[in-house]
Amino acid sequence: MSLYASRRSANSTATSLCWVAAMFGLAWLFLILIALLYEGVRGLSPAVFTQMTPPPGSAGGLLNAIMGSLVMTIIGVAIGTPLGMLAGTYMAEYGRYAKLTTVVRFINDILLSAPSIVVGLFVYTILVHPMGHFSAISGAVALALLVIPVVVRTTEDMLLLVPGSMREAATALGAPRSHVVASIAYRAAKAGLITGVLLAIARVSGETAPLLFTALNNQFWSTDLAAPMASLPVVIFQFALSPYKDWQQLAWTGALLITVAVLALSIAARTLSAGRRKSK
Amino acid sequence: MNAAAQTPKELPTKITVRSLDFYYGADRSLKNITMPLHTNKVTAFIGPSGCGKSTLLRVLNRMYDLYPGQRAEGEVLLDGENILDPAIDLNALRSRIGMIFQKPTPFPMSIYENIAFGIRLYEKLPRADLDARVEAALRGAALWDEVKDKLQASGLGLSGGQQQRLCIARSVAVQPEVILFDEPCSALDPISTAKVEELIDELTNRYTIAIVTHNMQQAVRVSDYTAFMYLGELVEFGETDDVFNKPKEKRTLDYITGRFG
Repeated sequence: MSLYASRRSANSTATSLCWVAAMFGLAWLFLILIALLYEGVRGLSPAVFTQMTPPPGSAGGLLNAIMGSLVMTIIGVAIGTPLGMLAGTYMAEYGRYAKLTTVVRFINDILLSAPSIVVGLFVYTILVHPMGHFSAISGAVALALLVIPVVVRTTEDMLLLVPGSMREAATALGAPRSHVVASIAYRAAKAGLITGVLLAIARVSGETAPLLFTALNNQFWSTDLAAPMASLPVVIFQFALSPYKDWQQLAWTGALLITVAVLALSIAARTLSAGRRKSK
Repeated sequence: MNAAAQTPKELPTKITVRSLDFYYGADRSLKNITMPLHTNKVTAFIGPSGCGKSTLLRVLNRMYDLYPGQRAEGEVLLDGENILDPAIDLNALRSRIGMIFQKPTPFPMSIYENIAFGIRLYEKLPRADLDARVEAALRGAALWDEVKDKLQASGLGLSGGQQQRLCIARSVAVQPEVILFDEPCSALDPISTAKVEELIDELTNRYTIAIVTHNMQQAVRVSDYTAFMYLGELVEFGETDDVFNKPKEKRTLDYITGRFG
């Protein structure tokens, strides 16, 4: 019985330690969220969504930054998603046993964990410097470089989860390889593939460093892809570091907007993958 | 061993396997197999696990081609044409030789689309004709009455036995000449098994069938010919009644009486 008692106490000690560790992590997250809500909601007004970033001391909003973030994220995802999907498809479907796949997976993992500032500097070197000025398009390219590894990873993982028997069944009907991939494997992995793209969007929509060296910032409304463009993360960076109270307030509000957007994307991704598990 | 010569009557032969060797990498898992598959007859492949019966089946539609390091040597003649020829059109071959797997493999789409998938690979039909073909295939697999009111429901929602009959319907819908069954009932309950066996019985009028099975009663029930394989060799081939009632080889007798395997 004493053996049983000591096992019980060891079990409860370990359980409480796990609980404390989990709470320790969660507490900071909640503190951040509460501070963000408290400071951010105060600055929410229609002006945030209708007016441009102001000079210090005058009223304004974040419209140009919101728009810039949307434009660059959309272009970045539009460039990165097809490339990532194609690479992931090669790795899971065509080159599953090829040496190239092992090499690509290794390099992709490095890219996945590469500091985003390095990506920013890289794009600065290959695009901004030759062009001679900062531009929205180079910002979008930097974001695309961050999207690619995420999409490659999830595409490969999700396609590998599709049972081989399903591919064999389609092949046994005489379906060519490309058709098996497009109408069976993609279909079976659809929810996972969309989740991957949503996670990639969530990942890049908060990135500051790659944009700092590429799109820079723009105080005014601009849709010119060859010109510098504002974005929420860079505006937050600039405004939060400033000594002006109204700028700091806008930075809080911008941070709240990004957080809510990323949260919404993550919840959408979670719901999708939960639905996929249920349907199996 | 010339198994074909052991067959008393000279029957039309759909597929002739001649001196077939198969390798997984350096492992030789089929050794000099020679046997016929007679037209519109059911041939059962029996033998203990690892004897090569599924491997032999997967040679007949070149399924092994999907995986690196697997190769076959010898000849497999389908209507006189060697399907091991590297120049052969694999998709066309597989449209002539259907396959049903151990576990049912419905595609993640509606019951209707599961059937239409195969048909659409080869024919562009107006909607009404496609509907008729889907219905005919489901009727042919004795599944129509159970699913006619939920054709747009997911194929994944059917029971295991219904899924397996859906796969048979899907295979039949592309109008093959040969159907290969790889232990089609091993994941099914006895009632579903009986239904699938009845189905095989009906199909044999129109198709040449090969079935791999671990269940010797099943082999007796459904097949006209039986091939007993052991350790990659074809030990005995003949009419099912002969193989089970008066086997020529001691190893066959030992296996069917349950002494090993």
